[in-house]
Amino acid sequence: MLTLTCPYCGVAAEETELAPGGEAHLTRFGPGSSDDDFEAYLFSRSNPKGVHFERWRHAYGCGKWFLAARCTVTLEVFGTYPAQCFAPPPELIAAIKAKRPEWKGFQ
Amino acid sequence: MSTRLATGGRLIDRTKPLDFSFDGRAMRGYAGDTLAAALLANNQMLIGRSFKYHRPRGILASGVEEPNAMVALGQGARIEPDQRTTTTELFAGASAASQNAWPSLDFDIGALNNLAYRFLPAGFYYKTFMFPRFAWKHLFEPVVRQSAGMGPVPKQPDPDRYEQAYDFTDVLVAGGGVAGLAAALAAASAGQRVLVLEQTAHWGGRAPVDGIEIDGKPADAWVAEIVASLGAMPNVTLRNRTMVAGVYDHGYVVAQEAVADHLPGTDLPRHRLWRIRAGRVIAATGAIERPLAFAANDTPGVMLASAVRDYVVNWAVSPGDRTVVVTNNDDAYRTALTLLDAGLVVPAILDARASVTGELPAMARARGIRVLEGRGIAKVKGGKRVKAVQVCVQAGEGAVLETIACDCVAMSGGFSPVVHLYSQPGGKLQWDGANGMFTPDPARAPTGADGAAFVACAGAAAGALQAAACLADAHSAGGGKAKAAPKAAAPVEAPMHPVWMMPQGAPVALRFKMLLDYQNDVKVSDVQLAAREGYESVEHAKRYTTLGMASDQGKMSNINGLAILSDALGQPIPATGTTTFRPPYTPISFGAVAGEARGEIFAPLRRTPMHAWHEAQGAHWEPVGLWRRPYCYPRAGETHAQAVNREVANTRNNVGLLDASTLGKILVKGPDAGRFLDMIYTGVMSTLPVGKCRYGLTCNENGFLIDDGVVARLSDDSWLCHTTSGGADSIHAHMENWLQCEWWDWKVYSANLTEQFAQVAIVGPNARKLLEKLGGMDVSREALPFMTFAEGTLAGIPSRVFRISFSGELSYEVAVPTSQGMAFWNACLEAGTELGLMPYGTEAIHVLRAEKGFIIVGDETDGTVIPQDLGLGWAISKKKPDYIGKRAQERSHMTNPERWRLVGLETLDGSVLPDGVLAPAPGVNANGQRNTQGRVTSTYFSPTLGRGIAMGLVHRGPERMGEVLDFIADGKTIKARICDQVFFDKDGEKQNA
Amino acid sequence: MRDPVSALGGQSHEGFARITEAGLQGMITLRGDLATGAIAKAVKAATGCALPAQRAIVTKGTASAAWMSPDELLLLVPYTEAEATAAALSAALAGDHVLIANVSDARALFRISGVKADQVLAKLCPVDFARLPAGELRRTRAAQVAAAIWRSAPDELSLICFRSVAGYVFDLLAISAREGSELSPT
Repeated sequence: MLTLTCPYCGVAAEETELAPGGEAHLTRFGPGSSDDDFEAYLFSRSNPKGVHFERWRHAYGCGKWFLAARCTVTLEVFGTYPAQCFAPPPELIAAIKAKRPEWKGFQ
Repeated sequence: MSTRLATGGRLIDRTKPLDFSFDGRAMRGYAGDTLAAALLANNQMLIGRSFKYHRPRGILASGVEEPNAMVALGQGARIEPDQRTTTTELFAGASAASQNAWPSLDFDIGALNNLAYRFLPAGFYYKTFMFPRFAWKHLFEPVVRQSAGMGPVPKQPDPDRYEQAYDFTDVLVAGGGVAGLAAALAAASAGQRVLVLEQTAHWGGRAPVDGIEIDGKPADAWVAEIVASLGAMPNVTLRNRTMVAGVYDHGYVVAQEAVADHLPGTDLPRHRLWRIRAGRVIAATGAIERPLAFAANDTPGVMLASAVRDYVVNWAVSPGDRTVVVTNNDDAYRTALTLLDAGLVVPAILDARASVTGELPAMARARGIRVLEGRGIAKVKGGKRVKAVQVCVQAGEGAVLETIACDCVAMSGGFSPVVHLYSQPGGKLQWDGANGMFTPDPARAPTGADGAAFVACAGAAAGALQAAACLADAHSAGGGKAKAAPKAAAPVEAPMHPVWMMPQGAPVALRFKMLLDYQNDVKVSDVQLAAREGYESVEHAKRYTTLGMASDQGKMSNINGLAILSDALGQPIPATGTTTFRPPYTPISFGAVAGEARGEIFAPLRRTPMHAWHEAQGAHWEPVGLWRRPYCYPRAGETHAQAVNREVANTRNNVGLLDASTLGKILVKGPDAGRFLDMIYTGVMSTLPVGKCRYGLTCNENGFLIDDGVVARLSDDSWLCHTTSGGADSIHAHMENWLQCEWWDWKVYSANLTEQFAQVAIVGPNARKLLEKLGGMDVSREALPFMTFAEGTLAGIPSRVFRISFSGELSYEVAVPTSQGMAFWNACLEAGTELGLMPYGTEAIHVLRAEKGFIIVGDETDGTVIPQDLGLGWAISKKKPDYIGKRAQERSHMTNPERWRLVGLETLDGSVLPDGVLAPAPGVNANGQRNTQGRVTSTYFSPTLGRGIAMGLVHRGPERMGEVLDFIADGKTIKARICDQVFFDKDGEKQNA
Repeated sequence: MRDPVSALGGQSHEGFARITEAGLQGMITLRGDLATGAIAKAVKAATGCALPAQRAIVTKGTASAAWMSPDELLLLVPYTEAEATAAALSAALAGDHVLIANVSDARALFRISGVKADQVLAKLCPVDFARLPAGELRRTRAAQVAAAIWRSAPDELSLICFRSVAGYVFDLLAISAREGSELSPT
């Protein structure tokens, strides 16, 4: 059972205090978008073996959504950060790269 | 025979005798006994019958690894099967019964299976399931059902209570033996928070039994000293009777504390499940002795050598007068010496090693024990009790050299470190060929949230089997400096020699009688058969033979089984690998898993401020989310259907009162709130004038309808959004999700105010009169027209009055502070007496709304329905460039005219359609099932119309008005005509009154 | 106002710790940008409390201000003052983008008191109470419902939950506090 530190309130919350929200950094496609783009937005999710970026809500805490970078194999947590961004912070990417040189980087 | 020795027994208190019973026979033991020790003291070696062949089985071990000696413990509601006698602390009045024996333990008919050895081989079940088909159902199953099973299941609810608790620690030490204590002391001395968990009631583990000296003191004295100093440290918690069941991701550890198993009849929770977060886990879990595989090694009286020693030293129980020791290592010699010390006889030690030179054998020889080198047991003689052993050459094929009379055999095949807690979270093992054991590979330890190793084994669990190395290793695992490690003194042990089969060239007749997994009756021959039949993966062989799948999870049998499999496959043991170690380490109770969550507090019950009143009125409840809402209020002699009809009729004719407090109420405020709500709802909320209400639909990004409700504009920048009762939390979360993660630059705040307000619906032709009687506000048609609201005071209570209707009647919904909800409800009841006021429940709401053709999310929707399907196009803005779900509703499948759409349905005979029934269509689908063209989503008897009414989703429904469909229910055909879904007051004259 | 009642009317239970439903308590939710200074000023004026830091709860007289999230405070004032305090805050912050709501009736407040009060909550909450200092408010769950917990006095913890589940929470606390089921002697 995971423990993730909420970047908003600083609490190291266990999984039962959190609600999962799937893949992070999706780009919303709305009216006017192509069928392919919309389908990919709605249904296509990456499921990597290794570094993954996810959405979590501190549901039984401050109520905020945050993002977490995690290894899906070892469950190592590289970091958590606020949801109000379009890509992971560069220093987090650098830290992951240092630990997982084979990682292809955030795409 | 086994008996109580006159003196000794370090764990028993002879001044406290305890009476108990086994299979109805009265017996006596002492405080401190385990049930197994007490049974042995009463010469009860035969405890049960084996699972498959019903062979007689006795006590084999003295701890958690025991596969045989399981009993049904307790009586009535407290009877519990499969209780391990070796870990059950004896208590006064304990009532134990043998299992798996019929009609009796001594004479068991199922033992005929024993004669059918050859007909119940590995894979018996798989084979008989497959072929011939009829044989399983008619031949095997009836027989197997009679003989299978491991004891009775209680028929009543569990009368005990259970609880859970959370704990946090820097270092968790699993195991309170000398290694665990040494590791804990080292870690605690460095200032870390340390939690030590020991599964038994005692500290010190095996060391005191083995006669180890530590720092110049007998182990018992050293243990007492360390436990006292740990107990005095504020950063240390010691818990005995607490078994670490599992180690999981990120340092999560689950342990079960047996709080009151030994104290029956108290008000204490029986078990407590600990949910612990540990920075680091030190598994000082020791090692478990392995049996040797020789013929008839399951005869009662054959025991692990370490267990024989435990019974003598800990409980002053002699398992037998004449004990033959059979071993491949030095440790078992301690048992021989212990038996001599107790005045018992050891006719011989059979050592499989060709040459025996260690210190312990020298001590045995010095005391006159006959040590036979390179020898083993060909076969054990005796049925329900050992009578003799036949001696053979280990290197040979089992020719009997001599027969030695004995009533006990103490066997030792070496030790397996308990690596479970290391393996469970992903730690990898390495094979130590010299000692014939898997040990943790420190280079591949389980890693935690920070990527660093967080579990280490210490002492014997790490493979440091001898006392000096064990303590040094444990001290270092706890972070101690080498110099400060406790020093143990014990005879140095010579290397063991792995022995997987005795004798090594045993013919099939002997292999048929060599048990590997005692509880599941898996023999050497079964594993060899599995290998021959192609089960090369250890995981497959395990499932095919059931090796290691019994309730002991193969603690004794796994390594021996692996070795036999590897040998049969002609490959080294590490190439075969091990099966996966999974939690729990030993079984934990369902009660502990459930914890406090049972009975009234199984799940949270949400109560409105009027809940107690409803209850006092005898309301029939309907669960709605976690709330309970009155379904109806039956009066004396009324059926629920009659009550609903009365409540509907009264609401249509006079006035009804509904507790609508459960409806969600979300405040949305800010300069961008209107823009935001235009995204949340399919309609336009930004243009809603202050003081007015508008019905809104909420979809998800897939376009499907997820909630509906009335939105009121409170002020220029604030809106109050009503949701369904079940949707309040999820819609609030939905809003926050979009606000925080997509439109975080919009200036909007939301707050869930659901529980701040009690809400009461006052519905019916007399509704206005009732509000006027309450007094305080102008609720006239002019002052408060349909779909508006006003704020003021009613009956002296601050109120917000919404003129909205879900019934088609003249209707007000009044929100008051929750703390005054009951006061307002009472005021309404009082004012309503002469207006014909009656409370009504949720079923009346459903009928009232169905008569008006209003949908309910969850009835008319099922997660695949878009608002367009429901004829709700009027609530969807065509002009808005975007809202959540809009793009999805433009997908080709959503705009397909072939979709099922909502219509009314009226049966030709006026009867009520059954709920959920389907209308078949011609032809079959790709799966050969009949095609369908519609289904009923809501159906009721309408007391207003005196006949059945229904709504349903029908293929191209609204285009087929007047068509008659056949619905099939229970094989009968019911004809129903497609009609307008609004059955009553189509022009809405009543609600606009 | 007409006879306002709290969720459980002050019900209490005596176990190895004392459980009390604390009756009516004024509570105000304030959402806004806590960094601007305007809110700090308004809160100070309305309650006397300084703006609480992350996870902190500060108390001044009969009022407390608790940090709930980066853009949310919970203000505790006497029940009868809640409406007026909310109105005063609304007036003071009239030009700002804030949300102020009286939530006194949406919540229930419990006191768990006694030297072993921590042990009651340790059975229900995944919280390291040994590392919960006075002055910190921890939002978490108690068994299956949301809760906010802080040390309100020596040997006393306070717990706020939603009002509808007050009965559930009381039963949880009462069974967890049952005599003899202490987790440790002190």
